Amino acid sequence: MTRALGWLAAIGLGAGLVMAFGVAPREATQGNVQRIMYLHVPSVWVAYVAFAVVFVASIVYLARRAERADHVAHASAELGVLFTGLTIATGSIWGKPTWGAWWTWDARLTSVSILFVMYLGYLLLRGMIDEGDRAARYAAVLGVVAALNIPLVHFSVYWWRTLHQPPSLMRPGGSSMPGVIVAALLVNFAAFSLLYLYFLAKRVRLLQLEAEAAA
Amino acid sequence: MVRKDLLVERRSKETLNALVFFSLLLLFVFQFTLGPDRERLAAALPGILWLGFVLAGLLGLGRTFVLERENDCWDALLLAPGDKSAIYVGKLAGNVLLMLVVETLLLVLFTFFFNVDLAGALPALALVVALGTLGLAAVGTLFAAMTAQVRARELLFPVLLLPVQVPVLLATVKATEAVLLGEPLSAVAHWLKLLAAADVVYVAAGVLTFDFLLES
Repeated sequence: MTRALGWLAAIGLGAGLVMAFGVAPREATQGNVQRIMYLHVPSVWVAYVAFAVVFVASIVYLARRAERADHVAHASAELGVLFTGLTIATGSIWGKPTWGAWWTWDARLTSVSILFVMYLGYLLLRGMIDEGDRAARYAAVLGVVAALNIPLVHFSVYWWRTLHQPPSLMRPGGSSMPGVIVAALLVNFAAFSLLYLYFLAKRVRLLQLEAEAAA
Repeated sequence: MVRKDLLVERRSKETLNALVFFSLLLLFVFQFTLGPDRERLAAALPGILWLGFVLAGLLGLGRTFVLERENDCWDALLLAPGDKSAIYVGKLAGNVLLMLVVETLLLVLFTFFFNVDLAGALPALALVVALGTLGLAAVGTLFAAMTAQVRARELLFPVLLLPVQVPVLLATVKATEAVLLGEPLSAVAHWLKLLAAADVVYVAAGVLTFDFLLES
């Protein structure tokens, strides 16, 4: 099952690369640099999904005390941090030639980096507690608070300043992108989602084995 | 709970004294780093003010459960009859009061040392400070309980608290800035709404999840 998921993710990523570099046209104003979007946007999508999973799994853990829910929350937080990091890295690589700077204090850059730090703190907390049960409880509480905080961070930072490209895929009045680009993007969305599921399954299994070994 | 903590605090004045002294030192540090330029100082004032509040808050809030831990009363907290969330509300109220006292003193010192006139903006400023303090203390109290029994707690507490507090910080600094410029409160209504929403979310989250921190 997990292995099949892994192969599907690999095929999806391959197809995504072909779509991004082969099929999708070269963007007129930004040139080839624009192709990094096919990695950047799916990464941030997976990151948000991962943090949503942390939220749900944390609530399930607090309500049911199922160890499995805690493993899912833990693994998903790690993946969320990983993909947030990928988002920031790819964004910087794109930003240097396009904006002329690796980093600006734009609204969305700032809110994503705050998420990154918030969930790094979550992982730090987990690492600092030795007793598994206590780590799970505390982390679950933090997972809930952090997730509730996301909309607040989003609004505050948005009002603070904004300079980012307005979203061009999902906005009222339909997409502004040609069909091929949307298709390439969707293939990468699917591939990254599969990759996330594969990593999640692997990591949850590993955490389970670790817990069994410790018990 | 509030009564007990306030009594202990009034008798010892331990935290309060240290915090006020600490804030005074902060003022000196700000003065040194910014230099004597009046205009630059005035522009940076809202940020400085909240930096002072937050730093004092980090120290003060982090000590919320120190008494219980050092005196081995943690188990007594766990065994306390009734709803555990009452402990949270009590600690929160104590923290809010303590921080408001420190913040008032800090404001007075600010007007004194930096020669700024806050009198006109005082009612609006009080509202912003109260909303911001509640938000800060609500998460701070929860996280203090979380880190009380953890290794490297002095380190972990600010690391956890600061990123979560970003919305409160942005909102309070922006609102303070506008208020000090003499703008009416309606000009910062969106920030005040955000602060109020944050307060509600944080206090609710604290009340609902505090139970889980005090188990076993």
